[in-house]
Amino acid sequence: MIRKSHPLLPYLLILPTLVFVLIFTVYPSISSIVGSLYQHRLNIPKYRDPQFFGLGNYRDLFESQQFRLIMSNTVRYVVVLVPAMVVASLFLALWLRKKRFARLRVAIFHPTILPMVSAATIWLFFFTPDYGLFNSFLRLFGYSGPENWIGNPDMALWAMVIVAFWKDTGFYMIFYLAGVQNLPKDVYEALEIEGAGPVITFFRFTLPLLRRTTLFVTTVAVIGAFRTVDHVFVMTQGGPSERSSLLLYHLWQVRFESLNVGQASAITVILILVLLMFTIANFIFSEGRSKDV
Amino acid sequence: MSDIHAVSSGSKKQPRVSARVLRWIAAALGLCLALLWSMPLIWSLIASLRPASEPFARGQIWFGSALSLGNYLRAFSLAPFALYFRNTLILVVMVLAVQLVTSSLAAFAFSFYRFRGERILFTLILTQMMIPTVALLVPNFQTIRVLGLYDHIAAMAVPFWGSAFGVFLLRQSFLGIPRDYGDAALVDGCSWYRILWHIYLPMATPAVIAFSISSINWHWNSLLWPLIITRSDASRPLTVGLARFTQLGEIGAQWGLMSAATLIVALPLVVLFLIFQKRFMEGYMSSGLK
Repeated sequence: MIRKSHPLLPYLLILPTLVFVLIFTVYPSISSIVGSLYQHRLNIPKYRDPQFFGLGNYRDLFESQQFRLIMSNTVRYVVVLVPAMVVASLFLALWLRKKRFARLRVAIFHPTILPMVSAATIWLFFFTPDYGLFNSFLRLFGYSGPENWIGNPDMALWAMVIVAFWKDTGFYMIFYLAGVQNLPKDVYEALEIEGAGPVITFFRFTLPLLRRTTLFVTTVAVIGAFRTVDHVFVMTQGGPSERSSLLLYHLWQVRFESLNVGQASAITVILILVLLMFTIANFIFSEGRSKDV
Repeated sequence: MSDIHAVSSGSKKQPRVSARVLRWIAAALGLCLALLWSMPLIWSLIASLRPASEPFARGQIWFGSALSLGNYLRAFSLAPFALYFRNTLILVVMVLAVQLVTSSLAAFAFSFYRFRGERILFTLILTQMMIPTVALLVPNFQTIRVLGLYDHIAAMAVPFWGSAFGVFLLRQSFLGIPRDYGDAALVDGCSWYRILWHIYLPMATPAVIAFSISSINWHWNSLLWPLIITRSDASRPLTVGLARFTQLGEIGAQWGLMSAATLIVALPLVVLFLIFQKRFMEGYMSSGLK
């Protein structure tokens, strides 16, 4: 009817968003794929102009000891951080779901809104050897291990995990709180009347009922973990000897320190593929949710 | 179900008192945990107000010397934080204002009209949610250079002017508005932008607020992209300023000073958060779940 008289209108309304998405998402994704096939190094005159290199950049990457170390760092970072955050956020949501705990929830959530740069700077002091608060606290519990978390090759990565855990758990707790509020109350009343113990209630009912939320939180947390690197910039710069370097940080180094544009594009493509995998998984898992809207 | 019956007879007799004790323990432990969690913020707040650096060497900032704003004043004199602050403010406003316009226009199209290629276009826009802009810093850096925007505040904002997340969130919210409202207005001769402005946007206020909060928070806090795309103090935001500040040789291990600088960056949002905490948390909740 009236709508038909403006056949172009919806397209015009979409145009601005579309233009920016095309320029800053679609085009760069494609240009990364193309760029990754070229030897393009700004600090080597011979390769200042891109030269076709086939899959050479990828081969170089996977043959490089350094890149393998960074991949292994990233995998360990994600594999430890994400489950820890998911379990903790679920646990905290169940623990603090009552209204009287609202203030405590704010305390757990507040790191979410802090800039990672600020958080990392504060934690820099916490991890300071000798008088750092973190070590002093651990000493209360009889800790006597190596104290320089950030300078210790075996612990620097875990220091990054601890900071990210502290910062993001509250964020994921919010999703579980929403999920917990949607749990069917009558089921729980029935369970209470039946006298079901908390363990059975949790594993038989709560956990399965929150399955969707868990899938959602997990995929969002994985993607989040891949793109959080600010603490690496502030606290370790990837050190000592690359032991706390993560994929996105390495991408920055390769592009802006080694000036190797071709290889940086290859890393971008790898990063895109990993992120796509998890986002698509998330879309599939949460499809049921968006369908009933 | 059989398991439940097996347990029921035993646990039903549990005395009430132990349940109350458990509640108190849960509350007390929760309080401890919340305190522990807030420690970095509390510590840095106190540290920033302690003048000398000796108490830090002894790990002792809790008691003793007087409180003062000296560290803040020194931070402001050592680095142009006022300028960084202005830049961040411009950045955040510049991103959000454009995002709200582009997103609401697109969301309106996707929720109010039927047109060819609707699904394809929507999916195309959604790719931005699948591939975060931060992963594309190599080619985007190039694009910004070509556009001649390198080291301009706008360079930090432009890549985010189209927001798939904004479109997605607003569209979900618009779809909840009964069609009749818009149709009736159309019959009355209302133009599309009046329908959007007077019916759709007011009814989608919670979504608009949720999106605004997460956008402001995100761009206030972002480091990597601004770090790459800015070179001079005139365009640097707070986060980049802080990162550079903490790496200055003369600042090293002056924790009071570093805490002050840290809080200069964090406090504006923390204060906003403490005032509007419910809005913040609800905003985040809906932004993820809808």
